[in-house]
Amino acid sequence: MADPLIFERSVPGRRGYLLPPSDVPASNPSEVLPAEAVRPSAPPLPEVAEFDVVRHYTRLSQLNFSVDTHFYPLGSCTMKYNPKLNERIAALPGFAWLHPFQPESQVQGVLELLYELEQLLCAITGMAAFTLQPAAGAQGELTGLKIIAAYQRKKRRTRSTILIPDSAHGTNPASAALSGFTVVQLKSGPDGLIDLAELKAKLTKDVAALMLTNPNTLGLFERDIKTIAALLHERDALVYMDGANMNALLGIAQPGQMGVDLLQLNLHKTFSTPHGGGGPGAGPVGVTKALEEFLPVPRVRKAGKRFTWDERGRSSVGRVHGFYGNVGVLVRAYTYIRTLGRDGLRRASEVAIINANYLKAKVQETFPVPFDHRCMHEFVASLKSLKASGVTAMDVAKRLLDYGFYAPTVYFPLIVDEALMIEPTETESKETLDRFAQALASIAQEAKTTPEVVRRAPQRMVVDRLDEVKAAREPNLRWVPAREAVHA
Amino acid sequence: MDYAPNTTAQLQEMLQAIGAGSFDELLQQVPRELQRRDLDVPDGLAEAQVISLCEALAGRNRPLTEVVSFLGAGAYAHLIPTVVDAVAARGEWLTPYTPYQAEASQGTLQAIYEFQTMVCELLQMDVANASLYDGASGVGEAAVLSLRATERGRILVSEAVHPHARQTLATYLRGSQATVQEIPAVNGVTDLDALGKALGDDVACLILQQPNVFGCLEPMAQAGQLVHRTGGLFIASVYPVSLGVLTPPGAYGADIAVAEGRCLGSPPAYGGPGLGLFTTTTALLRRIPGRLAGCTVDQAGRRGFTLTLQTREQHIRRERATSNICTNEGWLALRATIFLTLLGPQGLRELAALNLDKARYAKARLCEVPWIQPLFDQPCFNEFTLRYDPAVKVEAVNRKLAAAGIAGGLALGDWYPTLPQGSLWCTTERLSREAIDRTVETLRRIA
Amino acid sequence: MHLPADLSYTATHEWIRREAQDAAVGLSAHAQEELRDIVFVELPKPGRAVKQGEAVAVIESVKAAFDIYAPVSGTISRVNEAVVKTPQIINQDCYGAGWLFAVAPSTPAEFSKLLSADAYAKQIEASTH
Repeated sequence: MADPLIFERSVPGRRGYLLPPSDVPASNPSEVLPAEAVRPSAPPLPEVAEFDVVRHYTRLSQLNFSVDTHFYPLGSCTMKYNPKLNERIAALPGFAWLHPFQPESQVQGVLELLYELEQLLCAITGMAAFTLQPAAGAQGELTGLKIIAAYQRKKRRTRSTILIPDSAHGTNPASAALSGFTVVQLKSGPDGLIDLAELKAKLTKDVAALMLTNPNTLGLFERDIKTIAALLHERDALVYMDGANMNALLGIAQPGQMGVDLLQLNLHKTFSTPHGGGGPGAGPVGVTKALEEFLPVPRVRKAGKRFTWDERGRSSVGRVHGFYGNVGVLVRAYTYIRTLGRDGLRRASEVAIINANYLKAKVQETFPVPFDHRCMHEFVASLKSLKASGVTAMDVAKRLLDYGFYAPTVYFPLIVDEALMIEPTETESKETLDRFAQALASIAQEAKTTPEVVRRAPQRMVVDRLDEVKAAREPNLRWVPAREAVHA
Repeated sequence: MDYAPNTTAQLQEMLQAIGAGSFDELLQQVPRELQRRDLDVPDGLAEAQVISLCEALAGRNRPLTEVVSFLGAGAYAHLIPTVVDAVAARGEWLTPYTPYQAEASQGTLQAIYEFQTMVCELLQMDVANASLYDGASGVGEAAVLSLRATERGRILVSEAVHPHARQTLATYLRGSQATVQEIPAVNGVTDLDALGKALGDDVACLILQQPNVFGCLEPMAQAGQLVHRTGGLFIASVYPVSLGVLTPPGAYGADIAVAEGRCLGSPPAYGGPGLGLFTTTTALLRRIPGRLAGCTVDQAGRRGFTLTLQTREQHIRRERATSNICTNEGWLALRATIFLTLLGPQGLRELAALNLDKARYAKARLCEVPWIQPLFDQPCFNEFTLRYDPAVKVEAVNRKLAAAGIAGGLALGDWYPTLPQGSLWCTTERLSREAIDRTVETLRRIA
Repeated sequence: MHLPADLSYTATHEWIRREAQDAAVGLSAHAQEELRDIVFVELPKPGRAVKQGEAVAVIESVKAAFDIYAPVSGTISRVNEAVVKTPQIINQDCYGAGWLFAVAPSTPAEFSKLLSADAYAKQIEASTH
């Protein structure tokens, strides 16, 4: 039986939190503010006691899968362990209780952290400078595209096309369109990589940049990246790398050496900050020296032993965040990088790659992996062989929930039929990987002998398959008291 | 210290199972000349060392737990009930992924549904999304929505809207055909005459902030009527805690209402992460950026929750999405939800009233100082603008206050060059009467 | 596979039926089956000028958004509000009550470029291999 909504637990008169009494003269808002400015009645929020709140939100949390409780083999999401140490540091009052406009003399510690974080990200990626402002990967992409546009304007050109492989994550074309560019799709080659002939054919005078992911969403390293970059640079077009898959490259290879001009990192992926059920994230953007002038301002500068905000930047694309970026997330990432250090970072990528290849070998006993090279940190299997039994990749994903695993990414990338994109990360043990491969094998067997069990999955969760058609046709996006209920 | 459990022995076993003699064989797709082992970062550390290092860094800051602060200007430090931290810290809230697999995410999805409901109730709007990055990007997204919905090209924004929001707006719009026109403020509020003259049938929207950057209350209903007359949309950027006492945007005709919601249950954290609240009327539902959680039923008829109307989003529409947003601010939305349920209607009203009263008291006492006067003659909520006599420099005052452990009102001269003697003061419920009195005494001694 | 012979079709899965003053346009049964439950329809505004092959409407299922292209050039003469209110009609009766919009054609010669029911059926068969 599903838990009630918090509104259904409301009892008039209950209070969950008592404010301290006022130590200044109290006024009646209606007497000191203009009539039209005063809210006639309090907002109709639920009335519950503190313990009601604790019990309600604790019980709700128990309905979730989470990295702390379950294996999440989601491709390109890098669902690695979120160290508790990061939480402890981010919660220190010395970081959590700083106001963004405090005088610089009062915030030298956090400025130093931000400065050092930028240096560390440069060292890791081989880029010359970073902005820490973007609040997520997609916002990082948007920032990168703004920089590409600014570069065009500086060169007094109006190139309006961005080339994007058909295997790219949806945020890539969405960000490009939001930035006013036209997207031209590059068809991947038979080996799953960027096809040089296709690239040359579509590399017109109107191309401002290529947006690629490396390793790509099939988990394959773009071998020809230097050639690709040279082709773009020949025409003074730029190479943007979606750094979502950086977990394969730490201490292994550097985008800065590949000819990449800009990239965004996802701190909530590679750098272990928690996903929070949908954020917060952070998407710092790194650039070459030539593009540094376009970075958002302000930036942290070091003058002797002091750190200071530098607002200058005539060519800057401007501001993308209300303040300095998701500092709370940046503190977590800094803590992580200092904890792992040189050897730990390298080891993270090494083990991520070994784990992925090992799991691929085991999964291949059940399902084919179309692009069957050594993969990097993730791989894509195809479940189209199950079509004969009327079982889809989505059905298998739902059945995996019954086996206690969060489902891998399904139907992405679009270029593999009935795709299952799997990224184990380095923080999963061999035992977990074995159990997961075993679960897939069991489900494949079920698909042959008792396909309805798979098609009706999940059966062991608090709800079974939800009516998404109803949810879309009759949007019910908020609770209303019964007497007011109407369909949208 | 790293967090990869597999031992060297296990990794060897695994390499054998893969059919590789060594790890390097797995790198065959990476060109030799790109491979490098040397990472120019410091050695890793044990937990105790990391704590020492980071506590030292934190120790070089003076947080609001030590300093008396009158800073606001878009970032407001409010009380955070213990239960918010305690419950939100659970791994089941902190570490799940975005709730795409609804059956494994009913906790997160129900919490988002409750969040959406409470945000609608607080702002008195029809629909709320699951959050955007922050208030500033919310303004940008609202403007983009209005351009697409009206198919017009001019945006009006008051100069009394926070400069950072206006700058973010400019960044979002650069490269598009849209133009932005600023409406001046007179005596601390938007000039309705100037607004009337600026309106036309090419105006997609008007953006106002309530209270505005000076802390003053704007004539929202009148402004809304003016822009509606010419067929434009009315966008309000509001302050959530103020809505315990102030008229909500739904009541004065806002088509889109956005806010910075971090003040509901999360600490200021040097400005981020934020929590962008984004609400609209039902008419604009299909154009809303970001995620939406909807209530539905499962095959057995049980109530459940799922992400819905996803065809607006990047993972399906790609270049035709309403926005490119993917990750948002889920964990802060959860904290805000817990916060709002703890406070409830009475608590939020009392909280807002406390803020109002502290500000009235502080303003009156501060203006007792001979060289301080109010700058604008307008009703305010918890923020107000003061003017110092020409002989007294705002920055110099702040330096002396800082030496006494006080963060004084923000100097407005950088943002508004015509107000070089202006100073923006904010009081939340965290500020005691004693601290206010002590500040007044310190100011008296300064000049 | 139901493909009325009196209609013409496009490679992008629209059908078109000439009527007295204009030509009605809708989604073929094949496309409707691929999309499954339709949840939302966005139609063009009457009076809008359209070119053959231009994307003028959108049909959404839960998981996908599908562009509808104008089979011929002309002006949008009328739209079917019923499917906006009740998108399921398209699933139930895609050739009748589920029509989407009508075009007052400007270039009669374009009709000869459209596919017959047979030609469209052959195309579907070829693409599902």
